Amino acid sequence: MAETLPVVPWLHIEEDGAHWLEGMRCSECGAMFLGHRENCSSCGARGSLKSEKLSETGTLHAFSIVHRSYPGIDVPYISAIVDLDGGGTIKGNIINVEPQPENLSFGMPLRVVFGDALGRKDADGNNYISYFFEPVS
Amino acid sequence: MGDVYVVGVDMIKFGRFPERTVPELGAEAALMALDDAGLKIQDMQALYCGNLYQSSAMVGQRILQQIGQTGIPVVNTANACATGATAFREAWMSIKADQFDAVLAVGVEQMGKGLLGSATAAKGIPTEGLLGSGTMPAVFAEAGMEHARKYGTTFEQFAKVSVKNHHHSTMNDKAMYQIETPLQEVMGAEMIAYPNTKLMCSVNVDGSAAAVLCSEKKVRELGLMDRAVRVRASALTTDEFTDRGLTMPDVNTCTRRAAAQAYEQAGIGPEDLSLVELHDCFATAEILHYENLGLCEDGKAGELIDAGDTALGGKIPVNVSGGLLSKGHPLGATGIANVYEVCTHLRGRAGKRQVEGARLGMTHVIGLGTACAIHILERAA
Ligand SMILES: [Zn+2]
Repeated sequence: MAETLPVVPWLHIEEDGAHWLEGMRCSECGAMFLGHRENCSSCGARGSLKSEKLSETGTLHAFSIVHRSYPGIDVPYISAIVDLDGGGTIKGNIINVEPQPENLSFGMPLRVVFGDALGRKDADGNNYISYFFEPVS
Repeated sequence: MGDVYVVGVDMIKFGRFPERTVPELGAEAALMALDDAGLKIQDMQALYCGNLYQSSAMVGQRILQQIGQTGIPVVNTANACATGATAFREAWMSIKADQFDAVLAVGVEQMGKGLLGSATAAKGIPTEGLLGSGTMPAVFAEAGMEHARKYGTTFEQFAKVSVKNHHHSTMNDKAMYQIETPLQEVMGAEMIAYPNTKLMCSVNVDGSAAAVLCSEKKVRELGLMDRAVRVRASALTTDEFTDRGLTMPDVNTCTRRAAAQAYEQAGIGPEDLSLVELHDCFATAEILHYENLGLCEDGKAGELIDAGDTALGGKIPVNVSGGLLSKGHPLGATGIANVYEVCTHLRGRAGKRQVEGARLGMTHVIGLGTACAIHILERAA
């Protein structure tokens, strides 16, 4: 029986269908990490990390527009580095924007949206939920 | 603790040699470096061998099986694109530690064509093109765009790096390509990952390079000081924690740390360098490293390329070999090929591309993951 799974372990799918991204923040130095880990690689503290829900808004830090990728991957697409409000940096595709440099500006506000992982399924036929970014209009 | 010297160094012409094996390619460069030093494999007390794609397959030992199984210790290194430089550094360190007086360092790689990596996932689904891009052209494009964000660096300025390095390689017979690529051609080439076009991506080639390193005592004993190059500094760093670093590889911080260490060891500053071979895996990367290596102030890299200061004949020539962009980038061989290039200038043997009066040179490589290696070399005679 095919299931719907998260694309990364730090994307959580609640029973009611809600989604959220999980970060862990070091209570010693404040460094933010994506997903679960034991120790802080910024300050070396052990067991100092506390789970928190990552913000679903942020700003565009840097990007590339990818025109050639591995076989079987549709191009072009916008690969974006996004600084989330309140901490954490994540990488993903910007959707609902024509992939041209003039449509993108550094610092532009973006929101995290969740959706099917472009129809990709694993070897067992499971579906996946991914996160994407879209401009805040 | 005396200085360490390179007394023999060479590289094969980079190209595509699918009919040959990795140990064969490595053996060829090893013999060329030994010949350059006038020494034999029996004179070598250890071998440090850099190779990435066959890192579990005892490449160093298989090279000795081609040129002389003398029973010496072999260490095989793998450190992404810093693999060859890491082998060279291990060789340097073994002499620094007074373990040996004469050792061999070899870097060798056989590569496929096209984009490195693939979209297959061990479990789950492929995330390429879903969670952005993990392709190297895109990762380095993003690093370049961070520079554009801070300083307004333009597509044209990034492209000029490629024009320069391709021009340099027209004077280097050992480079993969000897073709001029005018600015319009670079900017108009197939876009791979904006702002890196195809001509702004390094070339995947097969290649090998090797160096013979000796202690000061040994160099004098052999009477090789006239051809020797002194290793003034060797630094190796990794990716210290930075806020975005686990999402967006940070090639700047580790390079700055390695450069600071290398300059301190050598007791010199960037203004003392005659030439630099730096890690231009993509045109965007070269711009970042002008500032990371202190060749100009922060924010001035665009002006540096515009002014032609990093071209042969300019204030601080960078990648006069053609760089990875045009000489080619056989991962494990690259670090030692850089050493070959700088030594060749310091010895006044670089022919048409000779940097006149070269006295001090720097080599720099970065392997994502991350490892950064820097060496400073000085003409001994
Ligand atoms: Zn911490």
